[in-house]
Amino acid sequence: MSSILIIEQILNGLQFGVMLFLMAAGLTLIFGVMGLINLAHGSLYMVGAFAAAAVAGWTGSFLLALAASLAAAALFGALIELTVIRRLYARDHLDQVLATFALILIFSEATRWVFGSFPLFLNIPEALSGTLTLPGGIEYSRYRLTIILIGLAVAVGLFLLISKTRVGMRIRAGENDREMIGALGVDISVLYTLVFALGAALAGLSGALVGAIQSVEVGMGEPVLILAFVVIVIGGIGSIKGALAGAILVGLTDTLGRTMLPWAFAVFMDPAAASSVGSALASMLIYILMAGVLLFKPTGLFGSA
Amino acid sequence: MGLKTLGAATAVALAMAGAAVADGHAKVKVGVITTLTGGGAGLGVDIRDGFLLAVKQSGNDGIEVVVEDDQRKPDVAVQLADKMIQSEKVDILTGIVWSNLALAVVPSATAQGKFYLSPNAGPFQLAGKGCHENYFNVAWQNDNLHEAAGAHATSVGYKNSFILAPNYPAGKDALKGYKRMYSGDLAGELYTKLGQTDYAAEIAQIRASDADSVFFFLPGGMGISFLKQYADSGIDLPVVGPAFSFDQGILQAVGDAALGVQNTSQWNKDIDNPANKAFVETFQAEYGRLPSLYASQGFDTANLIISAMGKADVKDQDAFRAALKEADFASVRGKFKFGNNNHPIQDIYVREVIKEGDVYTNKIISTGLTDHQDVYAAECKL
Repeated sequence: MSSILIIEQILNGLQFGVMLFLMAAGLTLIFGVMGLINLAHGSLYMVGAFAAAAVAGWTGSFLLALAASLAAAALFGALIELTVIRRLYARDHLDQVLATFALILIFSEATRWVFGSFPLFLNIPEALSGTLTLPGGIEYSRYRLTIILIGLAVAVGLFLLISKTRVGMRIRAGENDREMIGALGVDISVLYTLVFALGAALAGLSGALVGAIQSVEVGMGEPVLILAFVVIVIGGIGSIKGALAGAILVGLTDTLGRTMLPWAFAVFMDPAAASSVGSALASMLIYILMAGVLLFKPTGLFGSA
Repeated sequence: MGLKTLGAATAVALAMAGAAVADGHAKVKVGVITTLTGGGAGLGVDIRDGFLLAVKQSGNDGIEVVVEDDQRKPDVAVQLADKMIQSEKVDILTGIVWSNLALAVVPSATAQGKFYLSPNAGPFQLAGKGCHENYFNVAWQNDNLHEAAGAHATSVGYKNSFILAPNYPAGKDALKGYKRMYSGDLAGELYTKLGQTDYAAEIAQIRASDADSVFFFLPGGMGISFLKQYADSGIDLPVVGPAFSFDQGILQAVGDAALGVQNTSQWNKDIDNPANKAFVETFQAEYGRLPSLYASQGFDTANLIISAMGKADVKDQDAFRAALKEADFASVRGKFKFGNNNHPIQDIYVREVIKEGDVYTNKIISTGLTDHQDVYAAECKL
């Protein structure tokens, strides 16, 4: 296995991780601040991808498509927060799971109603298509590199928002003591709607970014949602830093596992069997990683008890 | 499209509401279990639409159809099959897209004395030792299209293929089938996760290998993702595959990335026979889109059932089984008959992806395999 291939796979792992971070950041914010388990987060990812595909189809502009994904996901996020989610804060997690699961079904059917059952087309913009030669002779997709940069920029932006701004201070305060911050005159319900819309917008952005290299289809959000949950469990619930670390860890483990394990098994097995056993084990790897992290840090890497 | 499909379903329901049974036989109740939501829903929708179109066109009011959604989950499919057999009392089950679901449902359905007609999945377990007199496959044995791809790769002179497929029964059948008829070397062999949509890691390995061609089997959304990412990776090795990754339902979403790719299929819209011409035309008129391979398979399955209904009563299992086995219907693919294991003996074509106006579609460029039967037939004791 050449070093070029390994470096390329590390970049792939980073890109996958950064994409998971965009999903997990919203999920962990919403869980941390409002104590709400939102299974419909994957639907917002889907909404973002469909909005982007539709707008790209009408206008041909990828930038407008990205803007549309942010706007549509934030809008639908705010909408479900105002109509459904708001009633769930005081209920227990089981009720939240049930209600947000219902939202998944509603979103999926509604999307199918509007767009049909067949996958939509969303292309990589001309300027970002093809590959770029990195130092060392590594050919790497411009688009994937852009996703990595956008993801890291969002991570920095979120960190600044939470740690340096007034809104961030309120979010942190809300996380610790929601009654007290309410008593101090902060309008909790507006704050919650804002945080929810922000989380939704990030999911939508990630759906649009990924939609251009994958298929935009109904139900695309659910597999990603499961991974995003793994990420926040590993990173520690409510921690943006944890979400970033967890996402990159999961991205690297998954990508490198998929490449290395079949290759390692092939040393002492025939290639067909090695590929089959190796890839079966690789698909379990992130759950093994999660179990391992929880064994040593029951609250996750950056979680508070 | 939603409305039109609903319209078709309503029309069928209305046609069925008439109590009169045309030919004096008891009504035949068919349970269609297929994937209508979630990933891969397009495949199930096409099977259902093709099936309902044939029922509607036949004007036969002796056939009653119940459609249910398995969500591509084996446990849901098993539950639905139990419900259809026990409380709906269906005579025939059909519709399943995926091999892992078929393996979960078919053996128990046939053991309970029901007919199962597969409009798609054809895992080897059900074609060889596990074959059953009540199980008919109207599409292909899983290996068939891949065998044709392997034969095609050999005939155009590829010597070092990189091959990949998802890690589930049909994926394993695919790589086995390709290797059976491909005589060159392998630059690499990979199994991916079922439902995986990111292929960066696999594409990096293709780039690092010294392959001269790529063979892949990734049905539905998986294939769209792979092709788009492959096209963007700058690798320009020729790609071969079975029809599943280049089918009508997904080509529009893949776009230019698929142009010129050669793939193998037992059906295409340009096969020249009256049944196929009428099918392509009426399907387009009814649903406003071109039919896919899956739609053709659903259409043929319904026509097979209807042809058997004209000859025998479904309650007389032996007679009905014999009538099915005759396959006395005008298949849209042309020549079609069942082998000893109730799997098709048929021609498989090589197609190329082209653009007609703004629509991406396939045209047949050669016949890959003639009167092809699967290798498992020999193990079947029927």
